[in-house]
Amino acid sequence: MTDVAAPPSAESSILRRGLRNIGDMIRIEPKLFAIGAVGAMVNTATTLFVSAVVGWVVAQVAVPAYENGEVALGSVALGVGALLGTSAIRFSSMCARRIGAGAMMFRVQAHWRRQVTRRYLALPVSWHQKHPTGTLLSNANADVEAATRPLAPLPFACGTLFMLAVSMVVFFLVDWAIALVALGMFPTLFALNAVFASKMAPRAKRAQELRAEVSAVGHESFDGALVVKAMGRETAETERFTGSATELRDAMIGVGRLRAAFEPAIAGLPELGTLLALLVGLARYQQGALDLEQLVTVAFMFSVLAFPIRAIGWVLGDLPTSVVGRGRVDHVLSATGDMDYGEREPATPAGPASLEFDSVAYSYPDGGEAISDVTFTVPAGKTVALVGATGSGKSTLAHLAARLIDPSRGAVRLDGVDLRELTHPALAATTALVQQIPFVFDDTVRANLALSRESADDSRLWEALAAAGADKFVADLEDGLDTEVGERGTTLSGGQRQRLTLARALAGSPRLLVLDDATSAIDPRVESRILSGLKASSEVASVLVVAYRRATIALADEVVFLDGGRITARGAHTELLETHQPYADLVTAYEQAEAEREFDEENVA
Amino acid sequence: MTTETTDAEPGPFHTLKRGLRLSPELRRGLAFTVVLACITAVGRLVVPIAAQQVLDNGLFTDAGPDLGFVLGVTAVGITVLAITTAANFLMNRRLFIVSETALANLRRRTFRHIHDLSMLHQQSERRGALTARVTTDIDQVSQFLQQGGMVLVTSTAQILVATVVMAVYSWPLAIVVWVVFIPVTWLIKWLQAHLASAYTDVRRSVAKLLSAVSESVVGAGTVRAYGVGSRTSERLDASIEEHRKDQTRAIRRSAFSFGAGELVYFGVNAVVVVLGAFLVAGGSMTVGELAAFLFLVVLFTQPVVIGTETLNEAQNAVSGWRRVLDIIDTEPDVADPVDGVDLPEGPLGVRFEDVRFAYPGGEEVLHGIDVDIRPNTKVAVVGETGSGKTTFAKLLTRLMDPTSGRVVIGETPLTDVRFSSLRGRVTMVPQEGFLFNGTLAHNVRFAKPDIGEAEIYVAFSELGLTDWVEALPNGLDTELGESGANLSVGERQLVSLVRAYVADPDLLVLDEATSAVDPATELRLSSALDAVTRGRTTVIIAHRLSTAETSDEILVFDGGDLVQHGRHAELAARKDSVYAGLHGSWIEQTRSS
Repeated sequence: MTDVAAPPSAESSILRRGLRNIGDMIRIEPKLFAIGAVGAMVNTATTLFVSAVVGWVVAQVAVPAYENGEVALGSVALGVGALLGTSAIRFSSMCARRIGAGAMMFRVQAHWRRQVTRRYLALPVSWHQKHPTGTLLSNANADVEAATRPLAPLPFACGTLFMLAVSMVVFFLVDWAIALVALGMFPTLFALNAVFASKMAPRAKRAQELRAEVSAVGHESFDGALVVKAMGRETAETERFTGSATELRDAMIGVGRLRAAFEPAIAGLPELGTLLALLVGLARYQQGALDLEQLVTVAFMFSVLAFPIRAIGWVLGDLPTSVVGRGRVDHVLSATGDMDYGEREPATPAGPASLEFDSVAYSYPDGGEAISDVTFTVPAGKTVALVGATGSGKSTLAHLAARLIDPSRGAVRLDGVDLRELTHPALAATTALVQQIPFVFDDTVRANLALSRESADDSRLWEALAAAGADKFVADLEDGLDTEVGERGTTLSGGQRQRLTLARALAGSPRLLVLDDATSAIDPRVESRILSGLKASSEVASVLVVAYRRATIALADEVVFLDGGRITARGAHTELLETHQPYADLVTAYEQAEAEREFDEENVA
Repeated sequence: MTTETTDAEPGPFHTLKRGLRLSPELRRGLAFTVVLACITAVGRLVVPIAAQQVLDNGLFTDAGPDLGFVLGVTAVGITVLAITTAANFLMNRRLFIVSETALANLRRRTFRHIHDLSMLHQQSERRGALTARVTTDIDQVSQFLQQGGMVLVTSTAQILVATVVMAVYSWPLAIVVWVVFIPVTWLIKWLQAHLASAYTDVRRSVAKLLSAVSESVVGAGTVRAYGVGSRTSERLDASIEEHRKDQTRAIRRSAFSFGAGELVYFGVNAVVVVLGAFLVAGGSMTVGELAAFLFLVVLFTQPVVIGTETLNEAQNAVSGWRRVLDIIDTEPDVADPVDGVDLPEGPLGVRFEDVRFAYPGGEEVLHGIDVDIRPNTKVAVVGETGSGKTTFAKLLTRLMDPTSGRVVIGETPLTDVRFSSLRGRVTMVPQEGFLFNGTLAHNVRFAKPDIGEAEIYVAFSELGLTDWVEALPNGLDTELGESGANLSVGERQLVSLVRAYVADPDLLVLDEATSAVDPATELRLSSALDAVTRGRTTVIIAHRLSTAETSDEILVFDGGDLVQHGRHAELAARKDSVYAGLHGSWIEQTRSS
């Protein structure tokens, strides 16, 4: 999560960026914000009104009752009526404030989640590879939440600011001396809240980071549980986890110390202010500057305004986290390198397609070249096998062929049209890639195969399943095509997942099939059944296949041999066996080993 | 998760009791913390009492307003405030230190326990959910203890203290306040239940949202290659919208339930005004006492209102806590024996005696396996997908225990062997060897932390992989990325193999550990392994029959039975046998046509 290098900006910059973020969010949902803010203002106004009612009750009900020894029923009724009426207004305005704030926050969150995930779908695979899954997940979830966090107390804080202004006017109208006490207390309280919030922010952020770290360690360790257990490393892993957990503990204790220092002061200050207001008020009462009703009202106002001021502190406290969260969200939203698709349709609409690599090079983001100067063709209806040692660049070529990535030099062409000029639907309909590590959606078998393609009706799906050697196991599933496969297909074995993704590719009747070592988790016997099925298929496609197995290679019309990202030999399998020793070494490894073994055994005999 | 649908959920107090029993640290000094909380609550009384005193004894005195007296009251008030503020400070500090320490320990224990639970358990529950046990669930408990828990303590104290003072001022009025208050608690309880169900929905929809987002991230390649972006974004939008609706519903219910508390406050105030007026008129109450009472009602109802919210958090925290406790209470079905023995020195043989295995609630997948693997031999296990090969390997390494029958290793029942001895001597390399985020060296050291760089190099060169390491951008210091993402699948297998080799076990089990490696490399590895496996027992779950050809013994599995075993030549010679079939198709595929 270091990719957003937050510059060590001054606090004012955080404040500025935080406020700008809030402004942006208000612009997204202005109506709901207005509802929340008006609700908050009305609500705080009733708080002040209650102070007035309490003062009035003491002065107009209690004192006369005390002096006359009887109750003025009319005044009592008025007091009760005022209280109950206020309570109805308070209830509805409070609901408006909270629901307005909540609904606004959730809408903004949904808005950004939609935008972020849209970017995920639009950004190229190479961008995805540069960002750990965990980071991208938290960009769409935790970071969006962090960015919107100030919205929850925002209307409340706005209402408080408004009411503070009103009360200061009231204080000045009542008596200048009381107003001076208020002028002393409220800014101090405000400052205390602000200092607390700004001191808390970095600590809270640190705790949040450590929480993410604890989570990452836990995730990784449980993901690798089999290895951890097989190697008996549970204790060491627990120590590693405890290390992060201990850091988190210490950070949280730090948060606690700060809270311990500020919270009691923030709670105590208004009480101190009320005491002082009483003292000053009484002195002024003695001088006849204010009456009893005003004295009680003012004292009450001091105590009821203390709490809403905290809302301003909450907003300020959430600003730094929100700035960081927003920064991460923007990092995704502003990421460039979109894979733009062209406007063209393939030159030929039907039948097997031809694929051409023309002086193609591909560089990793760090600059190293994975593929250099690769030129070869998969003629229409033919099968070309990519053969090479582990790490020679075969998968990269497969990804280029399906346009998961774009070449850094040269061009890949389909029926003579550069892949970059084709529309996305045309590309997806023409080419089907089956990846080395199968990916299945958390959905039914049918949905995984059909992927909403209209042509893929059930009979087409069963044909594809049969061709992929997956018809039997799917038929044996409890709900057949309607079986839910679970997240990442956890209910299936590795080989089953691979066959399912193969069937998915075939279900779309592609004109070019790209198989990236797509049968590695399948038993040889099952694989040979699948491959013969493919050959016998009625709809012939051009095939680019990454393979090790001789049977797979034997299917190919031509073999392209890769070594260190370059083509070192091309030709028919039998031809290469004779002319290119590295190729022969690789593909006849088993035979050679067997021959040596027989030779050894003969010698021993 | 099943915990949310269970009917007979134990009550929150039961969970709290269990929780406290498991974290005795939390109980330490609890009494002192409560005393501090009470002192803090007393602090809230300063203003009402001062107001009463000022009005009654400073204002309405026969001699007219007495400023000196009010000055005295203010001074006393400030002193009490100072003391209670100090108590508040101490309480906050204690609370954080105690709860964080206790929860860090709980985290550690839970983490360890999850690792001790068997593989079965780890597969049936999603790993993400397990991670939540040691992260968010415990975070919730900690948040609750520090904020909600403290609020509950101070709120209770505040209600008690306010009651006492109200009773002193006017006991009839105090009783009336309580009588109005009691039915309200029922209303609040009802609203709570309503709210809790809304939050359950929120949790469910956020899980769905996260799963949808992770598909768009993990499956980016597939989404792209099949042009199903719009389908995926529809699903994403639907889950985002569902989550938003659930959240909004929850906040609506929470606003109503919070508002209910406010209504109470006003109701009580109205009652106090009416009755108070009569009491004052009757002379049984002073004006100052009535004014103080109005302040006290705030003191009394505020904890009710805040407590309403806190009880919500409490419910979340308690259910989180319960989930954690449920994990800790789950007995590992593969347990480290109490008086375990160490394995004998030297090469290890393994014997299966009528071993059967079924996954819980599933059909039997191994039907009575009897086999003897002699020490120092290389054994290949072959069979079609689903024949029981991998189950066999997991039983062999005690990642699972048989349903019946037993596994004997070096003449000791496997279940009697101490884990520390077993895991050091028996190592399995799974097909999908997991790599950790870190350097190549870091990953190899996972097996043996104290190993030096030179030794790691030796390991790579002994397995004939020097060229491969040297071709990496930073050699041993190359960062492998999350789950080894910077390497190809085959390369990841190479690293797992080296890691196992470095562990230097006496029984090495390879579960299709080289399925994604090219044939030449595989053969190089296997001949290298042959050289180094001398002096140890090796069991290879073979994917490629080439491995079987060179083994001392081959075990052929078919449909959960051991159908054949012997050397390659004799097995292959038996024409219509399962092995002959497997081998035939292997030859067909690997030989030139």
